[in-house]
This record gives sequence, C-alpha cells and structure tokens, in this order.
Amino acid sequence: MPTIVKRALGLAWVLPALALVGVFVYFPLAENLGFSTLKWDIYSGSQEFVGLENYRKLVDDPVFWRSLGNNVMYAVVSIAFQVCGALVLAALIESIRSRRWQRILRSIYFIPCAISLTVAGLLFYFIYEPNLGPLNHLLEAVGLGDLGRSWLGEESTAMPAIIAMSQWQGFGYSTLLFAVAIQRIPAEIYHAAALDGTGPVRRFFHVTVPLVREMTGLMMMVTISGAFQVFNEVMVMTGGGPDNSSQVLGTWLYRSGFVRNDFGYAAAIATVIFVITLAIAVAQLWVANRRRVEW
Amino acid sequence: MVSRIGFLGVIARVFLWVFLLGLAVVVVYPLLWMVLNGFKTNSQLFGNPFALPVDWSFENYRKAWNRGVSDYLTTSVLVTVTSTVATVFVSAWAAYGLTRVKIPFSGFVTGTILGGLMLAPSVALVPLVKMFQAMGLYNSFWALLILYTAFRVPFTTFLIRAYMLDLPREVDEAAEMDGCGRWTAFWHIILPMCKPIITSTVLLHILFAWNEYLFAMIFTSGSGVQTLPVGLMSLMSKHGTEFPVVFAGMTIAAIPVMLLFFFGQRYIVKGMADGIGK
Repeated sequence: MPTIVKRALGLAWVLPALALVGVFVYFPLAENLGFSTLKWDIYSGSQEFVGLENYRKLVDDPVFWRSLGNNVMYAVVSIAFQVCGALVLAALIESIRSRRWQRILRSIYFIPCAISLTVAGLLFYFIYEPNLGPLNHLLEAVGLGDLGRSWLGEESTAMPAIIAMSQWQGFGYSTLLFAVAIQRIPAEIYHAAALDGTGPVRRFFHVTVPLVREMTGLMMMVTISGAFQVFNEVMVMTGGGPDNSSQVLGTWLYRSGFVRNDFGYAAAIATVIFVITLAIAVAQLWVANRRRVEW
Repeated sequence: MVSRIGFLGVIARVFLWVFLLGLAVVVVYPLLWMVLNGFKTNSQLFGNPFALPVDWSFENYRKAWNRGVSDYLTTSVLVTVTSTVATVFVSAWAAYGLTRVKIPFSGFVTGTILGGLMLAPSVALVPLVKMFQAMGLYNSFWALLILYTAFRVPFTTFLIRAYMLDLPREVDEAAEMDGCGRWTAFWHIILPMCKPIITSTVLLHILFAWNEYLFAMIFTSGSGVQTLPVGLMSLMSKHGTEFPVVFAGMTIAAIPVMLLFFFGQRYIVKGMADGIGK
C-alpha cells in the first residue's frame, strides 16, 4: 500500500471524534453567528434578515446589562471563595498532622460537588424558603430574626442567595485540586523554610502560593469561564426572577428564545457568551505559553 | 518563652479544628436535612425544621418512586450508560490515532478535537434545537446520547491522550514485531494499559451525564424521556405542595452519585488532577 493511502487510512481513528465535534459543536457555533442577524420566529418558521439589529437591541436592553452584571458578580465572589478561599483552606487541611483526617475532611467538602446543581438548587430553595426554611429559623434562634426574609423572593437578595449556594456546592472541588497541587511541592522545601524559623503564615505566602501558582491561574480561568456559563442553579431556584433581578446571560438567552420566541436575539446573547468564554480561553493559553518560555 | 509559644500553638490548633469541623457541619447538615425531610409529613416539615422525623416510614420515598422518579431514574441510567460507552470509545480511538498513528494534518486534527474544550454548550443551543428538530430527534433519548457524547469527547480525549503520550514507544514496536495490526494493538495492548485513566474518564463522565441539566431540559422536557434533574423539576411543579415527596425524590437522585464518589473517589480525583494539572 502506498504510504499516502496508509496515512489517510489512519484518519479513520480520529474520524468519529472529528465528525461528532464538527457537526454538533463547531457547526452550530458558526450557524449561531448567522442566526444572530435574523428576526426569527421558530414556531411560524418566519425568518427575516435584520443585520446587526439584535446587537443594537442588546445594547439598549437593561435586562441584558443586569444579566452581565450578575455574571460578573458571580465571577468575583467565586474567585474570592473558590480560588483564594479554597487555596487557604487546602493549606490549612494540609497543615493537619493526621493523613487520615486530611482525607476525611477533603472528602466531606467534596460531597456537594458530586450531587447535581438541580438537587443542590432545590435543596437551597427550601433552605431559603421563609416559612419552612431553616435559615430564617436559625436567624431567629440567635436573635437576628429581623434579618429573616424571603431570600429568593426579594430583588436585593435573590442573586446573592443563589451565588452563596453555588459557593457551598463548588468550593470542595477547587480545595481538592489545590490540595493535590500542595502535595506535589517537595517536602524538603517546607523543612528548609521551617528550619530557617519561617512561621506558618510566611511559609504559606512565600512557599505555597508561588509554587502552586500554575494551579491558581488555571482555577482562576476555569472559575471565571464557569461564572459566565451559569444556568442550572438560577433556572432551578428563581428562573431569573423576581422581576429579572437574578437573570444571567444563560437564563436570559433561554427566556428570550424559548419563552419569548425571539431566537435571533437569543443567538445574539449566545454570541456574547461565546466571545467572553473564548477571550478567557485565549488568555489562559497565552499565560500558560508565556510561563513555559520563562522556565 | 517556649511555653508561651506552645500555648499559642494550642490555641491556634483549637481554632483550626473548630473552623474545619464547623465547615464540615455546614456542608453535611443541608444534605442530612434533605434525607430526613423525606421521612416527614408536611405538617412536621412546617412545624420545626430542625426536628427529627417522628415515624420513619418510607411512604414519601414510595410515592416519589411511583410518581415518575422510577421512570426518570431509568432514563438517567440509560442515557448515562450509553453516552459513557460512546464517549470513552470514541475518545480512546481518537487518542490512539493522535498519539500512535501517523496521520495527515495531525496538528490541525488535535487542535480541532481539543479546541472543543473551550466552547460553551449554551452558545450552540439555538442551532442545535433547529438541527434536532429537522432530524426528528428533538424530544428523544437520541438527542441526549449524541449531545453528551459530542460535548464530552474533547475533554475525555484530552485525558486519555495525555496518558497515552506517556506510554513507552517500545510497546508499539514490540506489537509490530509480533505482527499485530493496529486494531489488535489497540484492543489488546494499548487499551488495557490505559485502564487507570479509562476508569477516571468513565467516572467523570457518569458524574457529568447524571447531573447535566441544560441539554436535558431543552431537549427532553416535553417528552416521556426526562432524566432525573429535569424530572425532579416536574415533580416539584406537579406535587409542589407535598414537599416531603420532593425531598424523597431529591434524595433518590443524589444517592447513586454520592455512592459512586465514595467508592471511586481515588480515580475521580486522579482524573481531575491529571486533566486540570497538565
């Protein structure tokens, strides 16, 4: 068999993967760009080219800006808890002497990550519920009953309450990964630092933080990217309400297309999500490559 | 001086343990509350949320099971099992092709498959709905099987490829000397050597498919093939006043993955760490 035929036959190995990804991931992505220039009613089937009209509408849509703001809030809080907080927590766990307890604590913190965001979201829907929810009862028991409220029913607290749930659900994941990264640091470095009389706080900032920074960078990107793809928990807990106060890009996309039957507009929102997540991915690649050159 | 440092050290240690154990309680208590509420009656639930159930009857669990949860569970198992098998095989094939076979445009092919990692499912949502409607697969089991496979192939290929890159080249040479074709080498030599990473990817895919909501909600909510996450929401809207039944349904949905995590933890952690750490 000529080499060229043989090599072409080798493509058979990657063909199923290429076909699946090409047809169901890349093609829709490209098609979405086209759809975002249409005024499109999916039920009647009417399509009309409107150019950049959907994007102009986007700029004037206060709910779009509010959704984007909520995604940003999500990202900021998640960086604080699931990156910075998780790193500190992982270091604290690793400072325990008993290996067994390290493992037990890490596993406990991870449990919520195994259950679905639907179950976690429903669970916290009940926890925040003003009548049967334990949160208001707990506040009352410690004398803070005045703070009790319908957490998901008020505009000012709905989004923060959802974000809080998401921290509960997700912090164990990054803690676990940071713990793995810390364990990969050679023990001699810590011994040397301890012999120099460096205290645990300084050891954290001068040894742990610099040596896990690759993981920190990666977790940062994963967290931010995830924050702009939020959908499940908002859908389950508030559906974006009350009065669109907890809307995020994902749920606003869904509502615009599937509820209000404005699929061209939904496609425009999807393009915004695409641009943001792509920018984050490119930033990640750029940072990773730059680091490789440095070393 | 020494004793003062010792004393401060003890105080710090006590604070550390109070914090770590307190956090563990914050994590576990809501889950425990969920399981216990499945044993309560509505009036008990509205009485004192912290009280333990009075009689431990499985009535609510039975009700939840009969009101659709058994169907949702069946669909979830079916979708999870088939998409896991499809994803892992397609990915392992691809990983083998990318690491052991000389193929044309290999850089481009690698970039295309792994590049899928960066793309958010919500971006492709509207075109996918149109596509699946045109194919007559909207509101069907096939939609989820195809989408769960297509969107997870990049991640799974990424993990298996990284593992195959680390396998020694001599293995392939030995196989060739023995007269093994590519096909035999893949099935009988390379794949068995990849068992650890295959286990990790299987478990990670199960976690994903069991819990996925966006696609499940859009592509199956109007049909008889709802998975658990979507089914729980319809249980909630249909029997929303019987909260204990909803809690029982949530518990039934959560238990399989929690068990899976406890028994497969080692592999899940390894898969995650390898995937994200490389």
